[in-house]
Amino acid sequence: MKLTLKIWRQENATAKGKMVDYTIDGIDGDMSFLEMLDVLNEELVNKGEQPVEFDHDCREGICGSCSLQINGEPHGPDKLITTCQLHMRTFKDGDTIVIEPFRAKAFPVIKDLIVDRTAFDRIQQAYGYISVNTSGNTIDANTIPIKKENADDSFNAATCIGCGACVAACKNASAMLFTSAKVSQFALLPQGEVEADRRVLAMVEQMDKEGFGNCSNTGACEIECPKGISLENIARMNREYLKASVK
Amino acid sequence: MSILDSKIPKGPLEDKWSNYKNNINLVNPANKRNIDIIVIGTGLAGGSAAATLAELGYNVKTFCYQDSPRRAHSIAAQGGINAAKNYQGDGDSNFRLFYDTVKGGDYRSREGNVYRLAEVSGNIIDQCVAQGVPFAREYGGMLDNRSFGGVLVSRTFYAKGQTGQQLLLGAYSAMNRQINRGKIQAFNRHEMMDVVLVGGKARGIIARDMVTGAIERHSAHAVVLASGGYGNVFFLSTNAMGSNVMAAWRAHRRGAYFANPCYTQIHPTCIPVSGDHQSKLTLMSESLRNDGRIWVPKKLEDAEAIRTGKKKPTDLSEDERDYYLERRYPAFGNLVPRDVASRAAKERCDAGFGVNKTGEAVYLDFASAIERYGKEKAFTSGHKNPSKEEIYKLGKDVVESKYGNLFQMYEKIVDQNPYKTPMMIYPAVHYTMGGLWVDYNLQTTIPGCYATGEANFSDHGANRLGASALMQGLADGYFVLPYTIGDYLAQDIRTGKIPTDTSEFDSAEKEVTDKINKLMNAGGQHSVDSYHKKLGKIMWNKCGMSRNAVELKEAIHEIAELREDFWKNVKVPGTADTKNAELEKAGRVADFLELGELFAKDALHREESCGGHFREEYQTPDGEALRDDENFKYAAAWEYTGKPSEAILHKEELIFENIELKTRSYK
Repeated sequence: MKLTLKIWRQENATAKGKMVDYTIDGIDGDMSFLEMLDVLNEELVNKGEQPVEFDHDCREGICGSCSLQINGEPHGPDKLITTCQLHMRTFKDGDTIVIEPFRAKAFPVIKDLIVDRTAFDRIQQAYGYISVNTSGNTIDANTIPIKKENADDSFNAATCIGCGACVAACKNASAMLFTSAKVSQFALLPQGEVEADRRVLAMVEQMDKEGFGNCSNTGACEIECPKGISLENIARMNREYLKASVK
Repeated sequence: MSILDSKIPKGPLEDKWSNYKNNINLVNPANKRNIDIIVIGTGLAGGSAAATLAELGYNVKTFCYQDSPRRAHSIAAQGGINAAKNYQGDGDSNFRLFYDTVKGGDYRSREGNVYRLAEVSGNIIDQCVAQGVPFAREYGGMLDNRSFGGVLVSRTFYAKGQTGQQLLLGAYSAMNRQINRGKIQAFNRHEMMDVVLVGGKARGIIARDMVTGAIERHSAHAVVLASGGYGNVFFLSTNAMGSNVMAAWRAHRRGAYFANPCYTQIHPTCIPVSGDHQSKLTLMSESLRNDGRIWVPKKLEDAEAIRTGKKKPTDLSEDERDYYLERRYPAFGNLVPRDVASRAAKERCDAGFGVNKTGEAVYLDFASAIERYGKEKAFTSGHKNPSKEEIYKLGKDVVESKYGNLFQMYEKIVDQNPYKTPMMIYPAVHYTMGGLWVDYNLQTTIPGCYATGEANFSDHGANRLGASALMQGLADGYFVLPYTIGDYLAQDIRTGKIPTDTSEFDSAEKEVTDKINKLMNAGGQHSVDSYHKKLGKIMWNKCGMSRNAVELKEAIHEIAELREDFWKNVKVPGTADTKNAELEKAGRVADFLELGELFAKDALHREESCGGHFREEYQTPDGEALRDDENFKYAAAWEYTGKPSEAILHKEELIFENIELKTRSYK
């Protein structure tokens, strides 16, 4: 198929960016979206032009590197997948596809479609862990039984890949879904309970410091999340936060 | 040719590690504050090592090419992690895990290292649970286990199909705790370009900031390479797009021996290549072989008809199908080990029985599993005389509950419904058992330079068992390296900070900059990817699932030619002082073009078949691998001389005192 691509090009963090039009032909429905961009880049390299920079790595939907706002939606029109899992058969011959970086004040553009998501790392560094030593001996793994339901819920929250689609989907560019997924993972486990109060306060404080917006409960984050992280996590984080604040 | 010293401690197998720990040098906590360590790579091996070393008090710098340590490719591991916990009471023990691993590796791994791995495996699970890794649990609240290929016990711990992700996020959170304490400095979007030797010891690295293009000097008292494997030398593999051999290869060029490069694991169940545009391959979990039956048409004309779309697989009756694994290996059937299953698929496709348009695919069919489960379900629910449709519906539900997410992933990629028509699969490069040669301390032949996880060679021999990669990465990082590195660093307590304004750093940086300039200013004819794809084709066709002397010699020649052409004619657009993906790829492909040649040389020299290395000349009359323990019971460690084809061979004789060498048979 033949497509028109409107792609955000920006030389570096300080340069002014703009949309640039490209036409591309011979695209096969079996190609992934990123393979389509590979084809475009190969053409650009052969013509001596600058290829389009975008983040990607595992190309199987788990590393969280790929991003892209495709026709206004993070990770494109399909649900519960990342951009690397989106296939070109979703589009048809003659379509125009608009490709932009994830937009948020806390995710500044590095180049073209690449944004800086280190704000997420800093939220995790603030207290996204349990303070146990990794080198010494600890208690046997089966010493503390954990309810299967809690273990499963904790796992579901922990499957967040940190891609940032929740922030890009949110009109306030809020990082509540991301932050609450980590808070929930630990809040649901006895190992995490010990530091639960400190954790939620520190992580929320860092989240605010990074310039993410507030949550106004539109639920767009949940709908666009490629891993289906539930809004319940935000509710749980709010409870945890309140509990910790009044102590 | 010298004989390498593995430094395995003396004494009985089960006491080696304890005796070793009792007798090594330690660094006192106050002195650790004056010692710097660089860790390259933040996957399971690097992330866990960085966190533990920082916690012990060392100053750690980590480097990764991704934008966050959390994205290292360990994250993509699906199945699970082995540990000899014996929670199931099914007879597991450290010795049994050790035995299974050595046997699975076709007797080409080192006994002392593997036993230590088994010994610390239980502690990994304790550690990860304490960190908050949400492993699967039973209703009683205890940890659940499942079974994996090649073993007779249930020792695999898992978190659905995302075990690697959960373990990596555990290591990442341990890193974050140390970053927050100021004990780890994380350099993300940074690539190690070279290791710097001062007085023969590894004392730092040259790195490139991938955003600004700045070339940086970082010094340390030791350098740990946890940079993963080199499967991307084949271009197409299940590795991440950015996975590369640069760190390991640059260390090799500086004197670290590279061991057994030809030992590569080709995983039998991946989604086949669909066309030239393909950039990577996706794994379908090994667990599918529990219920799927693998087949191709019996008659060549049927295969041809299917390839051209004139027939569908479901048109073929039972007696028109060749369930070749069941035919060749009646005892193990579809559950033979990975190397055996992969070779058998290739044999059939080479003979013309492949079933997709490229001729390189076989069927993995769930129809009989759906029928079997459907009948069982109908019987247990008291459903008498169920219709065919009812049986299908009941059976489909069972298969969906077991493998639903994999079936969905398949449908997304291939656009076919695997409940209705058999899946198409083909082997793909997945893991590399070879890597930097290390001794028992995980130290390479460069003093102060260590290699952990997939980057080293020591634990999996010629074939790795499922769920053992995660175990090795975390064992090395959490429990082994933090001890062994202390023994070396004890001599550095009075050294003080290593300066970077020395001639050694000057010349290393100059070499890096020259190399970048050379790439930027090459002839400018062809893209980096076009070279990478050509290299991949040579590797896959001549150094892939089966190899022979004639083609390996051709490969050595062709790769050398391709490399020469690359340096003359590669085209890297843009500039080096900014984010430049083409330049990043060019540096990596340059190294693959050298590694590939050494790979072929190693495969040519090993005149036997073992594990993932199958030489057509060395097989039994019925096509099975023929090992030669008399002449090849050693690890081949290659020394760089400037030209990969002229690398010098050093042998480490493998000593088996606790295991009797046998021929693996799955008939």
